[in-house]
Amino acid sequence: MILPPDGGAIRARFDIAYPGFALEADLTLPGHGITALFGRSGSGKTTLLRAIAGLERHPGAYLAVNGEVWQDDDQFLPTHRRPLGYVFQEASLFPHLTVRRNLEFGQKRALAGVGAAERRADLEQSAELLGIAPLLDRLPDRLSGGERQRAAIARALLTRPRLLLMDEPLAALDFQRKAEILPYLERLHDELEIPVLYVSHSPDEVARLADHLVLLQDGKVAASGPLRDTLARLDLPTAFADDAGVVVEGTAAEFDAAYHLLRLDFPGGSVHVAHGEVPPGRRLRFQVRARDVSLSLSAERDSSILNRLLATVTAVADADTPAHVLVRLDAGGTPLLARITRRSRDQLGLAPGKPVWVQIKAVALLA
Amino acid sequence: MTFSPDDWAAIRLTLELAATTTAVLLLLGTPVAWWLARTPSRLKAVVGAVVSLPLVLPPTVLGFYLLVLLGPNGVGGQLTQALGLGLLPFSFPGLVVASVLYSTPFVVQPLQQAFEAIGTRPLEAAATLRASPRDTFFTVVLPLARPGFVTATILGFAHTVGEFGVVLMIGGNIPEKTRVVSVQIYDHVEALEYAQAHWLAGGMVVFSFLVLLALYASKARRSYVG
Repeated sequence: MILPPDGGAIRARFDIAYPGFALEADLTLPGHGITALFGRSGSGKTTLLRAIAGLERHPGAYLAVNGEVWQDDDQFLPTHRRPLGYVFQEASLFPHLTVRRNLEFGQKRALAGVGAAERRADLEQSAELLGIAPLLDRLPDRLSGGERQRAAIARALLTRPRLLLMDEPLAALDFQRKAEILPYLERLHDELEIPVLYVSHSPDEVARLADHLVLLQDGKVAASGPLRDTLARLDLPTAFADDAGVVVEGTAAEFDAAYHLLRLDFPGGSVHVAHGEVPPGRRLRFQVRARDVSLSLSAERDSSILNRLLATVTAVADADTPAHVLVRLDAGGTPLLARITRRSRDQLGLAPGKPVWVQIKAVALLA
Repeated sequence: MTFSPDDWAAIRLTLELAATTTAVLLLLGTPVAWWLARTPSRLKAVVGAVVSLPLVLPPTVLGFYLLVLLGPNGVGGQLTQALGLGLLPFSFPGLVVASVLYSTPFVVQPLQQAFEAIGTRPLEAAATLRASPRDTFFTVVLPLARPGFVTATILGFAHTVGEFGVVLMIGGNIPEKTRVVSVQIYDHVEALEYAQAHWLAGGMVVFSFLVLLALYASKARRSYVG
């Protein structure tokens, strides 16, 4: 089933207008990896996802997934003919069927040509992957919210979709249930070779899971691009402003057992984080918020700040308050953001091209 | 002394009529209820009102119009004659037609409510799992609406058993053919056979109570849809 990486792309063009709401989107999205559709409620992200699934019909749109046209002026493939998986915000398991029968519901329709033994093996494997194997004979009302959502994810995956759509799958869950599901989603991220569109209004989920970011604001696409580059843009609307920061993917290197610090290497330097030992070479994401970054013109070796990098200023822009500016930096190819006062900018004479020392007060490991 | 042979004939006829009427209503009422539950059409209000008319109309009004319509000079009567079915008034099929119309709201309304209670989410989930609308109706909607079908069946059956006016107008009072229990009781009372009337009337009270008891007990036990 699995398409080769780079097997294609998603082209989506929608122009949707309701009284009091309009969505205008013209997107080319990668054919693999997780694309986050991020925005506040009312920004149009769920509307866009439902339109892509064909759950709502909007004339004049264009949608092609990995070269296959799902909608254009001449045709509209109804939802049940689209090879997609959809995970709704709240659990949508059929209450009259056990978890196993729920999982089989889509599987036996989508994979009619596949042998029963193979389907069964698939089912067991998915149940194992999502940790619901012991729950297969229960009815949905005997499951916790997190368990139901994991079963819904397994049910969607078992149809072997060519596109997985997830509409805020964690939004209806409390903090603990979220923490329970996120590791499964991260595992999916590593193992799935199909594109995933993931609607979210949680910057944390986006930072942990996404490879590609589409920022929606008031029904318009404010930005669309690889996560790392998009987060480091200075011209983004205020959605991210007070929370601005970048996500960097590093490789676990040396573990300092005496101080209990783990070194992560990335293009442009390395950081130390307080973390247990991790097998060297493992890829880990960490987040650096703009407000946790300070800048200086010399390496301050007498400071308590552990993480210090040399970088070059690439741009300076207004931040969310008149007293602050956002500075974009380049550390050997890795973009970083710093939120400093306007006064500091003038005192240090920061301008594009100037080399500075970047001091990072906090590094948040995302996995 | 209990039931006379005439009483037994009336009871059998009543049960046959109620069973036939309920079966026809479930068959015809399900698509109507589904349409009413899902349609965005403006006709919904009109159709909903027409379906509910028997709730407020005196049975004599319905019976009168049916008699005119299905009689020898009515459109329906000419049609049934052309089809070689003869005339429906004062026959068992005529009783079924009248009962179906008269009990329609008692079947359509519970079904419509059950369909509405399901909401759109299970239908959308089924579509994303490759189920066509038809497939979804049979594998998701019908099982989820089961409590509604139980209610509709019980109410449709019980209401038909309890008919009097419309039956008398369209069916008359022909033993073994159109004389149902309620008419038989009327005959007994007319003839001052109070003991006979008591047996049948008391039987109706017990029957109706048991039916409603079963209905409310099943509602209290309901496990899903809510």
